[in-house]
Amino acid sequence: MNVETPVEALKPNDYASDQEVRWCPGCGDYAIIKGVHRTLAEMQIPLEKLVFFSGIGCAARFPYYMASYGFHTIHGRAPALATGAKLANPDLDIWIVMGDGDALSIGGNHTMHAIRRNVDLNMLLFNNEIYGLTKGQYSPTSQLGTRSPSTPQGSVDAPLTPLSVALGAGGRFVARTFDTNQKHMPGVLKAAHAHKGASFVEIIQNCIVYNDGVFDGWTDKKVVSDNSITVEHGKPLIFGAEDNKGIARSDDGFGIQVVTIGESGVTEADILVHDEKNKILAMMLADMKQPDFPVALGVLYNNPATAYDASVHEQLAAVKENTPAGTLNEMLRKGRTWTVSEGA
Amino acid sequence: MATNVATSDGGERKALDSVVIRFAGDSGDGMQLTGTQFTQSTALMGNDLATFPDFPAEIRAPAGTTFGVSAFQINFASYDIQTPGDDPDVLVAMNPAALKVHLKDVPKGGTVILNTDAFSDRNIARAGYEENPLEDGTLDNYIVIAIEINKLTNAAVEDCDVTSKEATRCKNFWALGLMCWMYNRDRQPTVDWVNQRFAKLPNIAAANIAALNAGHAYGETVELPSGAEAYVVPRADVQPGTYRAVTGTEAVAWGLVAGARKANLNLFLGSYPITPASALLHTLTNLKHYGVTTFQAEDEIAAVCSAIGAAYTGALGVTSSSGPGIALKTEAIGLALVTELPLVVVNVQRGGPSTGLPTKTEQSDLFQAVYGRNADTPLPVVASRTAGDCFETAIEAVRIATKYMTPVILLTDGFLANSAEPWEIPDADAIPDFPVEFRTDPEGFHPYLRDETTLARNWAVPGTPGLMHRIGGIEKDYDSGHISYDSDNHHRMTKVRAAKIDGIANDIPEQDVAIGDTTGKLAVLGWGSTFGAVNQAVGRCVKEGLSVSHIHLRHIHPFPLNLGELLSGFDKVMVPEMNNGQLVHLIRDKFLVDAESITQITGQPFKVSTLEREIRSRVEG
Ligand code: SF4
Repeated sequence: MNVETPVEALKPNDYASDQEVRWCPGCGDYAIIKGVHRTLAEMQIPLEKLVFFSGIGCAARFPYYMASYGFHTIHGRAPALATGAKLANPDLDIWIVMGDGDALSIGGNHTMHAIRRNVDLNMLLFNNEIYGLTKGQYSPTSQLGTRSPSTPQGSVDAPLTPLSVALGAGGRFVARTFDTNQKHMPGVLKAAHAHKGASFVEIIQNCIVYNDGVFDGWTDKKVVSDNSITVEHGKPLIFGAEDNKGIARSDDGFGIQVVTIGESGVTEADILVHDEKNKILAMMLADMKQPDFPVALGVLYNNPATAYDASVHEQLAAVKENTPAGTLNEMLRKGRTWTVSEGA
Repeated sequence: MATNVATSDGGERKALDSVVIRFAGDSGDGMQLTGTQFTQSTALMGNDLATFPDFPAEIRAPAGTTFGVSAFQINFASYDIQTPGDDPDVLVAMNPAALKVHLKDVPKGGTVILNTDAFSDRNIARAGYEENPLEDGTLDNYIVIAIEINKLTNAAVEDCDVTSKEATRCKNFWALGLMCWMYNRDRQPTVDWVNQRFAKLPNIAAANIAALNAGHAYGETVELPSGAEAYVVPRADVQPGTYRAVTGTEAVAWGLVAGARKANLNLFLGSYPITPASALLHTLTNLKHYGVTTFQAEDEIAAVCSAIGAAYTGALGVTSSSGPGIALKTEAIGLALVTELPLVVVNVQRGGPSTGLPTKTEQSDLFQAVYGRNADTPLPVVASRTAGDCFETAIEAVRIATKYMTPVILLTDGFLANSAEPWEIPDADAIPDFPVEFRTDPEGFHPYLRDETTLARNWAVPGTPGLMHRIGGIEKDYDSGHISYDSDNHHRMTKVRAAKIDGIANDIPEQDVAIGDTTGKLAVLGWGSTFGAVNQAVGRCVKEGLSVSHIHLRHIHPFPLNLGELLSGFDKVMVPEMNNGQLVHLIRDKFLVDAESITQITGQPFKVSTLEREIRSRVEG
């Protein structure tokens, strides 16, 4: 089972463990792991430096299929374990694989705090809008009206938008891609890896068994160009099969709207240019939903700040420099002591 | 027992063997500070001592109310003592509420020192008195020293540049000064402390010192009522060595740091604030230069999880909390157990269930420690008996955790955490090392390869070339470490996990007898912070020739190998606990002995006299 680090370049397959993959045939997770293997090989990350943490759920089996170090933990808690690991050994290259129930329901608190602290972690949220492993209950990202074993009449509670949550928690890197979008995924993952701090990537994933096709309205090849937009820093927010649609400021100036170039006097100059450091824009892009808007893909926000683990280690180093560690006996004798001598 | 001795100041003082003083006042009156300073002076004067800080759950309860009363008791003596004392000889009551709450504990003939300035009609009514207790005979059977402490304090600090509010706030130092005079305590350590504490506020420092000196001068010059006099408590005849005052919190922190050093690991503490465990986080975060990283997590679960994550990468993982927080950590402790990672879980027990009595002490998390997890999840449980013992038990917890690759639960309690005792500082170099050896050899490696003797799995940390592996909460195959749903394998793994923990019994000392013979009529079996009270009670009875022995457990799971045999040498076994009976069930279950339970769930430590009575009723006649 243990893959020696080869001297020659690592190939995508070198990142795969020898364990039989047990996701349902046709599950979006297969495509994602393929994309991850490929990206890691492109970056040539040494296997021994690489650690995958996960919680519980279908997605959480991910570490077992990786040839790196891996820790399959408990439901929702992967970000907390990964935070401890990163603080204890900042040299490690740590990735977290989470599901929507895992990251946003039972583990919502840890997800929020890992993001707000800006721990240098690559957090991948596999969002299939359903609980797969427990057999199909609706999740905190399920669309209103989702019929499931626990909501036979349809769900009545509003779903979360993961990227809005991440931005709201102070996320400095927020991106979205989807399982079968193999051309797009490596670029997003590489950008996430390059970002020092918490990088939050939502990967839309189709659960073929319990929620098949919920994303087809914008991920299907036939509609993806018209119903999604791939954003790139410095490029105008243009999309559509004919590249004639775009995102412009709304008429009242406070929001955004979809416009068609050449219609109602709209020109390319009216189209907003993506600025990955503009948080207000990122929040509007993250919240774009079908059918009124295309779903935004790519790096919506990337505005680095000092990572938490770096700050912690800076403090540790400063203390160690100012107060060199003494012996244990010195520690025990610091402060007021008194000596009782023989015959006193 | 009292003789008069001449003192260096030319006066004559009555010599006492031991005194119990209780300082009591409003939570805002600075009673804990007064007690701590008096303790420092007493420790430096060579007395043996034990303290018991007892404060309300509210940070600043409404002034003058009984539920806002904060108290600090100190017992000091010229001989070896082990408890903060049953009943106070002297009560210092800074307001009517303090008198109301604590007078009932003062035996008739005891001394009560009162701040009469606080006995306004409003305060008297607030405390629940219908009449002024100074006038209605309430205090008839006591030696009463009634002093206008506010007024005298204000006069003493007149020349200091402080507001009248700040002046009045110095009254605890005035009271401390008087007590220093009465018991012949050196004021210098307090003066030094004040100067250091208020280095940036020299006027406040000057005012506190002026108040301290004025209280002392008052004792010297004013004639006290008959019965009250100046005393001296000669130094205790203690073992030669270097000493310091230590609380259980400090001792646990130092023990963990020492253990980490002995294991050659960095220490990572993941913690979340909770009474009475927070002080451990505060203490450890100030020891960063000893390789300590502390992380205040978003909740109890993240606290333990971060420690497990750190342990996974090769640090000593530690998490600390109290009962309710430990409950939240339970699932994660199961993960550390099944992935066999070293983790020390410190439970500073408090009154429960639920929020219970957060600032009061209790031993009611023993079942939680031993049994409180889903599935078959045996864990080593170690319990501290005194503040100083917390140092040794913390090292022992680290040793077991790293040698056996397992979470270990270290039980202390609110009483141990907060109370102080003089501690003979051990020579840390004399404590044996137990360095961890990480696996580095890829040959034949899998993550669940076990040491033949300890049954501990090998520890390979991320970053090691060639040893990449996956661990997790799903059952693993005994022979390969891969996921396994095989039923026979699960049976085998459950058995081996249990055998590993049981085997620790071969690696801990045999159970000794603290006082008394190894056989006899009655064994008093204790654990945790009841040590002092049990030991003193049994000691008194043994002196009188009664057939009773004190056995005190450090290792609660697994038990020492000889414990069953030892207990069988006694006609009766009595188990006193500050809970509704927990160890007693473990003992009955494991050894089929007819152990009897003595319970006290008042949030207060046992009194020696209570235990003595229980012992006598079983062995006399
Ligand atoms: S249940 Fe759905 S998410 Fe889970 S493995 Fe099957 S297809 Fe994938």
